[in-house]
Amino acid sequence: MPQDAAPASPALGYLYYRHRLPVRAMHWINVVAVTIMFMSGLAIFNAHSRLYWGKSSYDGTPPLLTIGSRPDGKGGLIGYAEMLGHEFDTTGLLGATQAADGRWVRAAFPGWITIPGMKWLSMARSWHFFFAWIFVLNGIAFVLYSIVSRHLARDLAPTAEDLKGVGASIRDHLRFRHPAGEAARRYNVLQKLAYLVVIFVLLPLVILMGLAMSPWLNSLYPGWVDFFGGRQAARTIHFIAAWMLVGFVLIHVFEVVVTGLWNNLRSMLTGHYRVTPEPVDE
Amino acid sequence: MSDGIVPRRRFLSRAAAAASALLLSGCDRLSRSEWFPRVLGLAENWNRRAAQAIAPRKAMAQEFAESDRSPSFRSNGTADPGTADYHAMVANGFAEFRLAVAGLVGQPRFFTLAELRALPGRTQITRHDCVEGWSAIAKWKGVQLSAILDAVKPAANARYVMFYCADPMEADGTDFYYESIDMDDAYHPQTILAYEMNDAALPVANGAPLRLRVERQLGYKHAKYVTAIALVDGFGNIAGGKGGYWEDNGYQWYAGI
Repeated sequence: MPQDAAPASPALGYLYYRHRLPVRAMHWINVVAVTIMFMSGLAIFNAHSRLYWGKSSYDGTPPLLTIGSRPDGKGGLIGYAEMLGHEFDTTGLLGATQAADGRWVRAAFPGWITIPGMKWLSMARSWHFFFAWIFVLNGIAFVLYSIVSRHLARDLAPTAEDLKGVGASIRDHLRFRHPAGEAARRYNVLQKLAYLVVIFVLLPLVILMGLAMSPWLNSLYPGWVDFFGGRQAARTIHFIAAWMLVGFVLIHVFEVVVTGLWNNLRSMLTGHYRVTPEPVDE
Repeated sequence: MSDGIVPRRRFLSRAAAAASALLLSGCDRLSRSEWFPRVLGLAENWNRRAAQAIAPRKAMAQEFAESDRSPSFRSNGTADPGTADYHAMVANGFAEFRLAVAGLVGQPRFFTLAELRALPGRTQITRHDCVEGWSAIAKWKGVQLSAILDAVKPAANARYVMFYCADPMEADGTDFYYESIDMDDAYHPQTILAYEMNDAALPVANGAPLRLRVERQLGYKHAKYVTAIALVDGFGNIAGGKGGYWEDNGYQWYAGI
């Protein structure tokens, strides 16, 4: 976060140059790539809507998760999700959904959340693997830039003082109270920890588990995939990690909205963040 | 400052809904276009080169313990070719079966199953990974493809091995399954034409009498019901030109990922 304070005006505060161009560009490239990978990933999942633990899908133990559909006896369908032996009726959301014309569609995840929006595995794989390259190269570029530019050391790494305030920061977040004024120029400690976990744990994990599903890369060191529980376990971890990323995105967007949507959006588009004496009320 | 909030929120939620609808229909339109899938398809070559750079071409696929084998090995795709010719072969235990090996070879010839069994073989317990996402583990015994190639003396310009199969993919009995691999995979020690699965003759549902095992690639490369092999220097003029039945239907030729 380089400083570039514009002339101060007591009422409106001042604009502060918060995000440099490379960070902004890589952030939005990542948004596009992750969105497409998530949605095409769900389309790939739909080709076999079960998750397992272990080296294979068929080892005598039942799946951890099954999303499916069956006729409801009245010409329609019942969608269901069965997780660890418990079945949930998910009609309309998972397994079976009704199109606008009333036609029933069998698909684990509905077309409005998949790319492509219909059963088309080869196309989903094409999207997924193309954007995987953009996602991974962008991620590597971000990590290298963050180290070299000291974005990592200066803005993302929590200080000892930050870490002492974790408890207070959790209480503040739960009450939707956020740092204002000068303190809002810096990331708060929970924000730093969330970004670090996503950048250095969740995203590498989702990539590694994706690579673990490659039969070719399995041969790099036969058995390495078993360290994670086997290929089907890797597929399950890939799926769970992807949804944890969705969880992060939901919290992230929520925080963006409650701490000043326009101010935050502007700072990620133009770089400039308005620092005001009072919390931004938007 | 707060006057604009409600209309602004409504505007935002509508904009978000419109944007996502636009994104989705836009993506589907791109998927159906002529040019965009070609751009996406560039990644297939990047994947192949990266995978081959990371894991050497001679690296061995993982082999498993007897206890890892799936209780029953799933049959996917064709479970029975259903043709009169094939049923006649099944009826007499494939006694009349001949594997044709031709194309860019010095000595094209036929092999009986007994002749194939007499060639150097390999037994391996490997994991079969379907493009759909599931995996199953089974024990395979078969003749090494390298042994067959050694017997027919490939020409120097042979670049791919084509596998022609007995199962038609159309209900009217046309469009037979086929596949192709490159010479590196063809000479890989684990690349076999399996005639046994789990210590018994290969069942009809799993590709009797011969199926390709090309470990380190996804299931659709493992052609079942193989009846003929041809060495070629390219496959652009064969069937749909993409090197395999599923490849002609949009799947990647390189199925290592």
